[in-house]
Amino acid sequence: MGLMAIYAARSKQVAARMLGGEMMIMSPRDTTLFNLNDVGSVIWQSADGQTPLDEIVARLCAEFDVAPEVARQDAESFIQELAEHGILHVSDQPITAEPPRQEPA
Amino acid sequence: MTCAATHELAIDIGGMPILVRTDSAEFAAMLEDRYGSFIHAPSSDRIFSLDIDLIPPPSMPADEEVSVRLESGRWIMTRGDFRAEFDPRSGHGRVRQSPNPYSIDGVLRILHSLLLARQGGFLVHAASAVRNGRAFLFAGVSGAGKTTLSRLAPPDVEVLTDEISYVRPTQSGYEAFGTPFAGELARIGANLRAPLAALYLLVQGPENRIEPVDSGEATRAILRNILFFAHDEELVGLVFQSVFDFVARVPVQRLVFTPDACVWEMIV
Repeated sequence: MGLMAIYAARSKQVAARMLGGEMMIMSPRDTTLFNLNDVGSVIWQSADGQTPLDEIVARLCAEFDVAPEVARQDAESFIQELAEHGILHVSDQPITAEPPRQEPA
Repeated sequence: MTCAATHELAIDIGGMPILVRTDSAEFAAMLEDRYGSFIHAPSSDRIFSLDIDLIPPPSMPADEEVSVRLESGRWIMTRGDFRAEFDPRSGHGRVRQSPNPYSIDGVLRILHSLLLARQGGFLVHAASAVRNGRAFLFAGVSGAGKTTLSRLAPPDVEVLTDEISYVRPTQSGYEAFGTPFAGELARIGANLRAPLAALYLLVQGPENRIEPVDSGEATRAILRNILFFAHDEELVGLVFQSVFDFVARVPVQRLVFTPDACVWEMIV
């Protein structure tokens, strides 16, 4: 993803629920189940489409004992993986609307 | 011009009879043999129907990949060995397959998973059985021991399935239904229903014991064993919600068992 601005937004249709301090998310695309740890939950909650990744990384560094480079790399990988499952939308611009749904080929 | 006679039979799984129509007497006989006690005579209360269009068997082994998608309000279900479509508004569908029992079995599994999703129910990889009028589910992936446990069932236990369990909510809890969806036991389940008393997560171990599991682990384990084929955001969300509701209402524990009949002494 490089160092360009990155914005991530939670998909509105995604099935997600907190249970016992653990965020569970199911991909609507392939029903893969994700259990988010504390770091993942912070990224998920912050993915409002308006907060740049740099700011999310700063929150992670403030909340957890982690170096900025490591936090950014982990956050990028995490966002990329969830995006591949249709759980997050990613853009280099702030995201204000849900992207159109892609019909399967 | 000659008209082939139409053969009709209702395959009643989970209290949702699906009327199947075919021009082939041989295929109808095969279905009667395959589904046994789940076959009912056609009646006026049926809600769903499927017309079967039989085609010659493919010359090459079929692709096992399943695709289920909603197109213009109709469910399109494809696997290498069948193509089916179903209109949920009319309750009618068509299946194009060769004359074999596995294709229609696949279509029925998909169709029931879709129909159950809107009712708060689901199909789950689990053996299930009835004892003293109460049903018990034993969930686990292949190799967890579902068939082994089913084989060890004592005479007072009715096995509902050794592979795919059928669960639907009621006003007071949940009910489990027998299914003809068999695993290695290669025997269809008993066609009966009973209120669900508990779900056990199966683990084979050196002794028989029951352990508590927290609701997070229970939910994760059941979600991973759910049978759901449609990549549809709304229905995935409904099934996801249904599992959380289920865990909130049904006791879920881990059953560590060693393969001997004594394990059934703990299931009461």
